[in-house]
Parts: sequence; C-alpha cells; structure tokens
Amino acid sequence: MSGHTVFPRHRTLGRIFAIPALIGVMSVVGLVTALIGDGIWDGLSWLILGTPVVIYAACIFVPRRSR
Amino acid sequence: MAAGRSLRRWAWVHKWSSIVCTAFMLLLCVTGLPLIFHEQIDDILHAQVAAVDVPPDTPPANLDDVMASVRAQKPDMVPHFLIWDRDDPNALLVSVGKIIDADPSKNTLVRVDAHTAKYLDAPDVTGRFTYIMLKLHTDMFAGLPGKLFLGLMGILFCVAVISGIVVYAPSMRKLDFGTYRRERKRVVRWLDVHNLAGILLVMWTLVVGFTGVINTWADLVIKYWQFDQLALMTAQYKDRPIVMNPASINAAVKVALKAEPDMKPSFVAFPGTIFSSKSHYAVFMRGDTPLTSRLLKPALIDAQTGTMTDSRDMPWYVATLLLSQPLHFGDYGGMPLKIIWAILDVITIALLVTGLYLWLRRRKPGVSLERSVASASALEPQTP
Repeated sequence: MSGHTVFPRHRTLGRIFAIPALIGVMSVVGLVTALIGDGIWDGLSWLILGTPVVIYAACIFVPRRSR
Repeated sequence: MAAGRSLRRWAWVHKWSSIVCTAFMLLLCVTGLPLIFHEQIDDILHAQVAAVDVPPDTPPANLDDVMASVRAQKPDMVPHFLIWDRDDPNALLVSVGKIIDADPSKNTLVRVDAHTAKYLDAPDVTGRFTYIMLKLHTDMFAGLPGKLFLGLMGILFCVAVISGIVVYAPSMRKLDFGTYRRERKRVVRWLDVHNLAGILLVMWTLVVGFTGVINTWADLVIKYWQFDQLALMTAQYKDRPIVMNPASINAAVKVALKAEPDMKPSFVAFPGTIFSSKSHYAVFMRGDTPLTSRLLKPALIDAQTGTMTDSRDMPWYVATLLLSQPLHFGDYGGMPLKIIWAILDVITIALLVTGLYLWLRRRKPGVSLERSVASASALEPQTP
C-alpha cells in the first residue's frame, strides 16, 4: 500500500477526535440537563441532543460541492 | 509495528463483539422504537374509561374507599401495590394478584378514579401490541434467563461501541469529519455512514446500552435490597405472619406524608409483597424534579398499629437502577426528547445494518473491501 505517499498529509489523533470528543461531552450534558429540571432544562437538552441528528442529516443528505 | 498489532486486536474485538450482538441489537432497536411512544400507541389502539376531569384543588379520594372498590370488583384477588399514575393524575392503579406471593409480573392492573374512588377498568394488556413489544424487548418471553441474556448482548454492544472508537481513528486518517462519499460504491458510502453514525452516537449508545444492561439486573437488585436493607429495617418483625387484614392504608400514607412533607407518594407495597415485609405497608415517596421523582424513599408503616417503623433512602445500587430507567427510556424530557430518542434509535439501526453489510461484503470472494476503502483504511502499518 502506498497510501501515505499518494496522500502525504495524515490527520493527527487530536484532529480526528476533536469534533467527536466535543459531541461526546455535549451528549452527556444534554442527557443530564433534562434530568435536572423541566422547562428551560428540557429545552436545552433537546437542543444539545438534537445536534448530532442535525450533523448526521447534514452530512448524509445535503450534497456538498466537491472541492 | 506494535501500534499496528494492537490496532488489529481492537479490530478483532470490534468485529466479533458486533457479530455476536447485532441480531439481538436489531431486535432491541426495532422493538424499542414503538416502546418510546407506548402511551400514545395504547391511547390510539385501546379505549379506556377516563377518570373524571376535576379542578386542580379537588381533594383526593380516601384510599380505603379506593381499595374497597377494587375488592368489590375483584373479590377473589389480593392487592399487591397501589400506584399513583405518573401520566394521569386523575387515576390510581391497583396491582392485584391471585395470592399475596404470586409473581407480580402476571398481576392485573385495576384503574380507579383518584378523586371519586370509582372503579374505571382493568384491561387485559397481554394481547396488546405494546405488551408484545415490551416482552420481546425485555426478555424475549424467556423470563429472567432471557433478560440476563439480552443484558449480555448489551454489554457486547458497549464493547463494540468502545472498540469502534479505536478503529475509527485509522479509517479517518485521510478523511475529514463527516465525509460522505456519495459518488462512490455502496460499500464505501455505507462505510462512511457507519463511521459517522457510530462516532456521533458514541455517548448516547453507551448510555442507553448500559442503562439497558442495568435494567436487566432489576429483579436481582430488588432481591438483594430485600435481603440487605429491608430485612434490617424490619428485623424485629421477622417471625410474624403476614398481616392479612391490615389497618387503614389511607392513615398509613398520611403518616408517611407527615414524615416527608416535601415528597409525594409514588406507590404503596402491601404487606407480604416483594417490596415490603410481611407486616408493613411500604410507602415509597418521591421528589418533584425529573431526577428526584425517580429516587424513591420507602417509609415502612406497621400494618397493624399504623405507626412508622423506619424510613431510609435507597442504597446506591437501587438508586443506580432507578436512575438508569429514565436514561434508558428517554421519558424525562417531554415529547421532543422522545422524538430525539426515536431518531437516534433509527440512526442506531442504520449503524447496525451498515456494520452487518460491511462484514458480509468483506467475506464475499472477489470483492476486496480493503482495496475499495484503501484511502480510508489504515490497518496496514503506518509510517509517520
């Protein structure tokens, strides 16, 4: 395999996991906020837990212009 | 080289933990989907007698009258639990069985009006769609062994998710986050879907997966609590026979409310049932927030004299079980949270199906997944 010569720039672990780590932390916050209270807490939780759904839909269903 | 070997090991763990649990996880995700909305589905599919709608300050019915109406309707049954319906403040549920030590999972639920104490109905739920889904989801109609088996599958699923994080790194080394190569072959597209769905849902799948595993241990946890704490709390009553004609339940709940004025009753366990001793009403009190409403505190009321024997917070292992329930069901943040739960469940199904496809595809002779995803795969040794 000559992958690394054709594609010389490998992403670092930090770069690969930056967004996933952020989403992971957000998910925990979102799961906990709705437990704390109702009203504003619920709203916050919907917003945070809805984020991965929006990202998923945006990546899979919205065509992006090729660079 | 060592990194390459360890990566291969993680890939092996990911492959095998997934292969073993996928079929069962698909069953759990598919049956779990309607269960998120079980109340709404039951409302649509099954008519039930509505309780009288009353102004908010209407005093509740005397609980002794409630029990009298249940006895009048079901003279050959004995009450196990009196439950305040979370979803309908106008109704009380009384769980009745043939005998006091009958298996409570086979009990009948009698609905009674919470303000007039009138009998409403006692529907047979065992033929219902939601009941069948629930049984398939919790134990596949195989009782405790079925439950524990599904728990084991849940543990394997958590292992698959965690090992998935490790194998995600090499396959994303040359790709941006969220890459979806829509113009490529299905195997590449589905690999992208699998990677994206898996990494986005890591925390949610781990939390829902592991709280599900904890729920499979519920029966054992309750048994242990009986043996550990309940026995201690009621030690001096150990050798007494079951109180068959207990004192006023209304008075017992009043005593419990007096001891915990900031809490509400959640349910009362009758003497001789799994949640109480032979000689006590166990009044389980709850708080008011989504969190504290799950953390129950039992007040044990002597069923002969009507006085309080003891009241303690639940130990950590029961508290963990009680808290793992909302986190598994997603029923603690209104309808929007349930909808999010359902969408995340559907994305998990996509994760399972694409994972299964990638594995089947890998085994097909003449098709090299390695080659077709070469630009994404870095299971080969890396040089910086």
